[in-house]
Amino acid sequence: MRRTSRRPDAPPRAALARLLAVPALLTGLAAAVAVAAEASHEVEGRRSGWLYNSPETQALQDDEFINPGMFAVERGRTLWSTPEGSAGKSCASCHEEGSMRGVAARYPVYDEKRGGLVDLTTRVNLMRTELMGAPALGYEAADMLAMTAYLGRESLGMPMQVAVDGPARPFFEEGRAFYFARRGQLNLSCAQCHDDLAGRKLRGDTISQGQINGFPIYRLLWRAMGSRHRMFEWCNTSLRAEPYPAGSREYLSLELYVAWRGRGLPIETPAVRR
Amino acid sequence: MRRGRAAVAGLALAALAAGGGAGAAELAPLTAQPGDPARGRDVVRDLTKATCLICHALPIPEEPNPGNIGPNLAGVGARFSAGELRARVVDATTINPNTVMPPYFRTEGLNRVLARWRGQTIYSAQEVEDVVAYLGTLRQP
Ligand code: HEC
Ligand code: HEC
Ligand code: HEC
Repeated sequence: MRRTSRRPDAPPRAALARLLAVPALLTGLAAAVAVAAEASHEVEGRRSGWLYNSPETQALQDDEFINPGMFAVERGRTLWSTPEGSAGKSCASCHEEGSMRGVAARYPVYDEKRGGLVDLTTRVNLMRTELMGAPALGYEAADMLAMTAYLGRESLGMPMQVAVDGPARPFFEEGRAFYFARRGQLNLSCAQCHDDLAGRKLRGDTISQGQINGFPIYRLLWRAMGSRHRMFEWCNTSLRAEPYPAGSREYLSLELYVAWRGRGLPIETPAVRR
Repeated sequence: MRRGRAAVAGLALAALAAGGGAGAAELAPLTAQPGDPARGRDVVRDLTKATCLICHALPIPEEPNPGNIGPNLAGVGARFSAGELRARVVDATTINPNTVMPPYFRTEGLNRVLARWRGQTIYSAQEVEDVVAYLGTLRQP
């Protein structure tokens, strides 16, 4: 498989002192890689899920030759320039190489034409149905996850930065309300776990801050890639709460709030999670 | 006999609903049949019933990997009366409105419960009694 070594500019490094304070979990070269990565997984107290992973899972993510999510990225790279649909076009027919850099970091966005939020998945489907004459793909379709993984990878290292003002504001407020509302038979809100209990043990699992800078992720539990909305669905059903459909207004608004909550965290797609 | 048991449960729930806050810190038995601690020990480990081990350590040697979100429950039987333990298991929000501990015997006022579980409590009344009886045996800190 082709693996380009093209990596975006390294994110700003934290003070050397902080790097040295990191307990050495690994030795040798692996430690150097892990420590360099550590510098970019926390921004003003906002912490990537990477920091809550075991050293083994971290190493799996950091090495792009063994990261299982890289298969999806490579597949997406191929699809990018493969014509599909009745118009006989590929993404590359209209978009220049490198033009997608930074896009994933500012999604979801408010879309004038649709009068609502559009996430990366919906954007890809709009391209397919309106400009390519190709059918829409499901949220978790392998080729959709491949494309969103590729687009995410194009923003590797760039800080998540979503717009929440103007017409996006009502959606943002809805997402925030969702995040703080208790739900399900277990009667818990997202905030109770991911704000208040991050770092604590929920049985075998260490609870993270529930950040979305690594999506789509390769989740070992799923043995598959999964979208942000699939993760929301998983957390909802774990609480025995009725989930919303992927792509629903509720999950798009939640996604906007959660992306803002993690503002500044560098994109690390495809993240590997437990 | 049946009717009597239901009446006891009804009374206890009425006390809970009316009391709230500190008033509900103790709760009368939900069933006429006393709890069985051995059964309670199985119930608290049941993965399909939001096991207490997600959040609490318990003195159960076969369970070496509990969560650490709530306090260790070893010795809890010496710290609380059966009525106090029952109130916590039934609905811990009556003691701490912000608690993360799930309500094991409540169906009212919950938001978007999965269709499969709607209108059902996590524990049956008898399971609450079994668990309370088991917790009562945990007297060593
Ligand atoms: C026929 C030309 C055409 C094709 C083919 C096409 N696009 Fe686009 N794309 C556009 C145009 C024009 C826009 C900007 C206007 C809009 O959003 O409709 C755009 C916008 C986008 C955006 C949003 C960028 C932003 O800044 O918000 C993304 C992401 C995108 N395209 C991805 C793709 C992908 C992935 C494919 C292939 C599956 C694809 N496009 C195929 C023309 C095209
Ligand atoms: C009972 C606690 C609990 C609640 C409540 C909860 N989650 Fe989670 N969540 C978890 C656990 C456990 C995981 C897997 C380990 C981890 O990353 O925290 C997880 C993972 C996640 C992740 C993936 C993080 C990553 O780095 O890949 C996201 C995103 C997330 N949750 C969002 C949410 C949202 C949004 C809600 C509210 C709808 C929610 N969670 C409610 C426990 C919870
Ligand atoms: C999602 C996490 C969670 C689960 C599951 C849970 N608890 Fe709790 N529990 C807590 C927390 C946190 C506290 C501390 C008080 C508070 O915050 O309400 C607590 C407090 C308690 C207390 C009071 C202990 C003390 O020393 O003050 C008892 C008794 C108790 N829980 C029993 C149980 C039992 C029995 C179960 C299973 C039927 C259970 N809990 C399930 C989180 C949980």
